[in-house]
Amino acid sequence: MAEEISFKLNGKSVTVTTDGRRPLLWVLRTDLGLTGTKYGCGKALCGACTVLVDNKTARSCDYPVRNISGKEVLTIEGLSRNGDLHPLQKAFIKHDALQCGFCTPGMILNAYSLLHQNPQPTREEIIRGMEGNLCRCGTYNRIIDAIQSAAAEMKGGNSK
Amino acid sequence: MKEDRYMELDFHDITVNPDLSRREFLKAAGGGIIILFCIGEESVLEAQRGGRGYPEDFNAYLRIGADGRVTCFTGKIEMGQGIITSLVQMLADELDVSLESVDMVMGDTSLCPWDMGTFGSMSTRFFGPPLRAAGAEARVVLMELAVEHLQIPQDRLVAENGVIFDKDQKEKRVTYADLAKGKTIARRAGAKPALKTPSEFKVMSKEFLRRDALEKVTGRAKYAGDIRLPDMLYAKILRPPAHDAKLKSADTSAAEKIEGALVVRDGELVAVLHRNPDEAENALSTVKTEFEVPSAKVDDETIFEHLLANAGGSNVVAKGGELETGEKLADTLVEQTYFDGYKAHSPIETHTALATVEGNKATVWVSTQTPFRIRDQVAGALGLASENVRVIVPFVGGGFGGKSPGMQAVEAAKLAKATGKPVQVAWSREEEFFYDTFRPAAVVKIKSGITKDGKIVLWDYSVYFAGERGSQQFYDIPHHRTASFGGRGNVHPFGTGPWRAPANNTNTFARESHIDIMAAKAKMDPVEFRLKNLRDERMIRTLKAAAERWGWKPPKVAPSGRGLGVACGTDSGTYVATIAEVEVDKRTGHVQARRVVCAQDMGLAINPEGARIQIEGCVTMGLGYALTEDVHFKGGKILDVNFDTYELPRFSWAPKIETVILDLKDQPPQGGGEPAIICMGAVIANAVYDAAGARVFQLPVSPERIKKAMTIRHEVLAERGASL
Repeated sequence: MAEEISFKLNGKSVTVTTDGRRPLLWVLRTDLGLTGTKYGCGKALCGACTVLVDNKTARSCDYPVRNISGKEVLTIEGLSRNGDLHPLQKAFIKHDALQCGFCTPGMILNAYSLLHQNPQPTREEIIRGMEGNLCRCGTYNRIIDAIQSAAAEMKGGNSK
Repeated sequence: MKEDRYMELDFHDITVNPDLSRREFLKAAGGGIIILFCIGEESVLEAQRGGRGYPEDFNAYLRIGADGRVTCFTGKIEMGQGIITSLVQMLADELDVSLESVDMVMGDTSLCPWDMGTFGSMSTRFFGPPLRAAGAEARVVLMELAVEHLQIPQDRLVAENGVIFDKDQKEKRVTYADLAKGKTIARRAGAKPALKTPSEFKVMSKEFLRRDALEKVTGRAKYAGDIRLPDMLYAKILRPPAHDAKLKSADTSAAEKIEGALVVRDGELVAVLHRNPDEAENALSTVKTEFEVPSAKVDDETIFEHLLANAGGSNVVAKGGELETGEKLADTLVEQTYFDGYKAHSPIETHTALATVEGNKATVWVSTQTPFRIRDQVAGALGLASENVRVIVPFVGGGFGGKSPGMQAVEAAKLAKATGKPVQVAWSREEEFFYDTFRPAAVVKIKSGITKDGKIVLWDYSVYFAGERGSQQFYDIPHHRTASFGGRGNVHPFGTGPWRAPANNTNTFARESHIDIMAAKAKMDPVEFRLKNLRDERMIRTLKAAAERWGWKPPKVAPSGRGLGVACGTDSGTYVATIAEVEVDKRTGHVQARRVVCAQDMGLAINPEGARIQIEGCVTMGLGYALTEDVHFKGGKILDVNFDTYELPRFSWAPKIETVILDLKDQPPQGGGEPAIICMGAVIANAVYDAAGARVFQLPVSPERIKKAMTIRHEVLAERGASL
């Protein structure tokens, strides 16, 4: 049954009219044309579809769009503001913390939420917090370095 | 058959002759790629001829725009391996332009020169030389044009950053953009110009970050599934529950009643299309089906018996001396069989395609490693001429050999033709596991002999079903034979194909495990034992580099309890030596890799930073096949359908990784994307043995196998104790 669902997407108010049981992932990718959020497994097992709902990570492949009503959704497209990259994005570039790049949006958003909850995580805390996100190219160590370096930069008051 | 040749090539090790002197290399590269090929050259050449070969005209590789930007065209694709950076480095250096001024057009069959495909670590080695030659010739031609334009003799002119100027009066200058004006340059250089030497490199052999990172961290990078066309439909296709299952009936009446759903039936192909992919999937789930599933004859436990029973003829890969003589010389014989199960590629991006067919023309955006092959397949399926099909490959979300087949492109094209609308086919993870062409299960039998003082004198090696790449041993053994056995007909219950460094992971696991067993029998340290039995200077140098970085001392006989392992191998012309430290939980059998050092002799490293990322990726990905990855199946039914049971390496697995790239700028560049993964099975198996005394002869080295091997060891020790 189609229903009206209103929420904030990357800072802007949007309303979609669709079946509320549909996964947020496909509403983002097809109805709203935001293709930065990726399908990887469809069962919340790989983290490629990670987005933020009210600053907490959500696996959008397994998240009924109805549940975001009135909430705030952040996707990779909304992370940089006015052309300025977020410290995490800059750190991923600087550390070459990606290869094929398909898992990268999910990695960055998962890391964003991690730093939101714990601004200065230890290496072990980063590993624990990122454990559910898979990278088949094997860039884990560089991602950990990138998150640490972004955390250091954000500590210096460069967070938004 | 062209197509099969590609596959076969993957399982061979194609190397650039490292013995060519620098001058010969340059001459060869400047005069075209042909005489660069040494081992395996016939196969590459034949496949090249089967297509169009690399063009002679440098305009096919580059275009200088009126704005001064240079566009580089390549049939290769970017799937994470980083050629989007390293190919630009090669062109920029030869052409004397800045790295930043070059844009890449990759994997577009209408714009790029024909290419066999992106596999076999061949991009730098085989596309690099003609690309560099094209850059060098364009630079010479531009210089000639500048001489005429400026009316200044050539010996006074210098080319830098796309500008040619008088070295004494810099204001007398002309840009490449003004000379070329965005047009094809008709002039040719009289003779093929020599390529630059390492002392002239400005960007080659220097470190550069990935050039596609900005797109990839902002979500702007487009993959095949991200392309959107007006009125496009998403297709979900009915799949059998097992390979070789026959569809008896499909009742699509419920799906047909769903608003917005469109059912297409074309013989065996039954698809439901919708403007939303999730709704197409829901609609497909309403289809009532009946399949006839053949009874399962083999599973992941019985597969090895099945393989050996169905082995066909053998191909002798290498031979020397007399095996009988070697056996007589040996004081100790070691005979062992090694096993390796099926492995999935599991790129995070599943196979995806978007096709549109208008009249007698088709365009397909595909996640593939072989755009030109897909073009021919789509053309064949639609009854179109190849030149009327355009395949475009945007960024590919991981391939690892699994994205050479492109069934999804043909499916999308057929459905686009049937519906008259653009159609996307994107496999679900379940489909990806089902149609993946797995790394084949394989068996290796080795009989070897050593003398009392630890010299290997006999090596009788038979590999079944893995393929011959990496099967050749490189130790100094007087009496040896290596044979590779294939199968009779369809032996595997599902599709198999190349998996990052095909065949070599299995072969290196078997060989280097066996070398370690002999070292222990000879009561020698595994590094010392290898060095004693090596004569190949490159391998000695590479192993010593790894041992030095590790701080390998004091020498100890395994199992030392330290949890250290070593393994060596060669792939795609590159020499690899890896040392690892593991911790084994003796109660659970859980293995944690702590530190890995990987040394590589890869000749000239175009982008050492890129090469290091590839090594780190190989080490991390390789932990998967070493420790957990194994496809479970019963007959044609694949039991692993997602990442809950098929376990990939995670953040917590990653050891400290140190890379050593030997500085060999004057040597031809060798492979970089695959070689470092080949040692991972053996280095982990050997480290586990050193830690716990548990020798595991089958990949993956799983907790169950480790615990079983530890039990056997305790029994052996108890028996020995009793007899003492």
